[in-house]
Amino acid sequence: MTDPAKILLRGVTKSFGPKKVLQGIDLSVAPRESVVVIGGSGTGKSVLLKCILGLMQPDSGSIQVDSEETTTLASRERERVMRKFGMLFQGGALFDSLRVWENVAFGPIQSDGMAPAKAREVALAKLGAVGLGPEIGELFPSELSGGMQKRVALARAIAREPDIIFFDEPTTGLDPIMADVINDLIVKCVSDLGATAVSITHDMASARKIGHRIAMLHEGRLIWQGPVGEIDRSGDPRVDQFIHGRAEGPIQMQVRKL
Amino acid sequence: MTLPIVTMLGRMTLAFLTAIGAVSAFAFHAVRQGLRPPWYGRQIARQIMEIGYYSLPVVGLTAIFTGMVLALQSYTGFARFSAESAIPNVVVVSLTRELGPVLAGLMVAGRVGAAMAAEIGTMRVTEQIDALTTLSTDPFRYLVVPRLIAGIVTLPILVLIADIIGVLGGFLVGVYKLDFNDVAYLRNTMDFLEFQDVFSGLVKAAVFGFLITLMGCYHGYTSRGGAQGVGMATTNAVVSASILILTFNYFITEAFFAL
Repeated sequence: MTDPAKILLRGVTKSFGPKKVLQGIDLSVAPRESVVVIGGSGTGKSVLLKCILGLMQPDSGSIQVDSEETTTLASRERERVMRKFGMLFQGGALFDSLRVWENVAFGPIQSDGMAPAKAREVALAKLGAVGLGPEIGELFPSELSGGMQKRVALARAIAREPDIIFFDEPTTGLDPIMADVINDLIVKCVSDLGATAVSITHDMASARKIGHRIAMLHEGRLIWQGPVGEIDRSGDPRVDQFIHGRAEGPIQMQVRKL
Repeated sequence: MTLPIVTMLGRMTLAFLTAIGAVSAFAFHAVRQGLRPPWYGRQIARQIMEIGYYSLPVVGLTAIFTGMVLALQSYTGFARFSAESAIPNVVVVSLTRELGPVLAGLMVAGRVGAAMAAEIGTMRVTEQIDALTTLSTDPFRYLVVPRLIAGIVTLPILVLIADIIGVLGGFLVGVYKLDFNDVAYLRNTMDFLEFQDVFSGLVKAAVFGFLITLMGCYHGYTSRGGAQGVGMATTNAVVSASILILTFNYFITEAFFAL
């Protein structure tokens, strides 16, 4: 890695009251690299993503995007950095009061000041890129199936052609075939844009497909990271337990005894 | 067993003060954001329609029946000392100074405050508010400020219309049930009406508009934890707005009383 890192995290911590969610995260993502963070439910994957995005403020540590420290930015500066980001939310988070094309065109119109007619063309092109016809653009998000909503959300995330795209559990709640369709679309969109991607998921099939590198989050720390091909030879029993989905092993789910 | 009661009182006081602090900080931030561009004109227009136009039937019905019952009730009282001629004046002064803004405020709090808290609350729990931020749009300026502006602008207009409809209600009962002369009724209404009666009512309306939308936005924006959280936000928005309306009503009245 000779290039400076696109995203660089050092010693990031975050607590909610007495609960320490992140306990010192170090992570470096190179330009055009796709990193997938895996980990069980409630291990702080979403919190990590929200800290990088600036939706949450970490308690300590440093987060750099393009070698620029983002944890100390004022709100107006943050909006500028936000322009580099695209985000696909777990539930889609589409605006249900707006039509599909208006959702996709939201970023270009509201924050880049693009004329609505032009933004509509851009939106329809992006919808085409995720395999949705122009007639879908006139519908409201509530009229779409879960898989279609995910695709619209993906189109919205890439509408401003961001440098960095975040994916929050992109395949959760989808059937295996639709999940694979979404995985393919993510790989295609990220490579077409030449973007850097950070995803969080607990779906191993998805992680193997969309990631170049995998990092595993457990109890607030990244316990392992390496290229996708090496995850089966991690030598860490906790990673093995997770990727094979076994209830028995070093990671004990905190299920209260009856 | 005195200690637990004292502890409980202390906790309640602290929680109450914390809530006041949080609401004040929210209001301060919203006002500060509202003073600088960009303003989202389409959002403001949409909210004015939502708060004003669609509330007209509810507020109109409330006003007409209030005017009618005022005429009837004041007749019962005033006939006992032959002061029936004061009825038109009692109706119009009660409506413009007091019942118009308070009843319209309470109806709008129930209709609009609740809807606002539910909409923004749902946007919060489905991450739509986070999505706004990632699209470089400040959710305060896009969601909260347009609603506050619409509330402050629309409520006075709504109350003015309610005043007119309420007087019409009193007029109908006065003329067709209490055998007033129609011209005399209207003259009595206008002759004793002062500018300050209407003006103080409209000031109240603007303040109530701010309070209703502030409570709707605050409770929606800070809601947590899915359907239950949104339900709670809705209830809290209506209850707190109603209490604030009645409290502020007294203090605004007192301020005008002193003038």
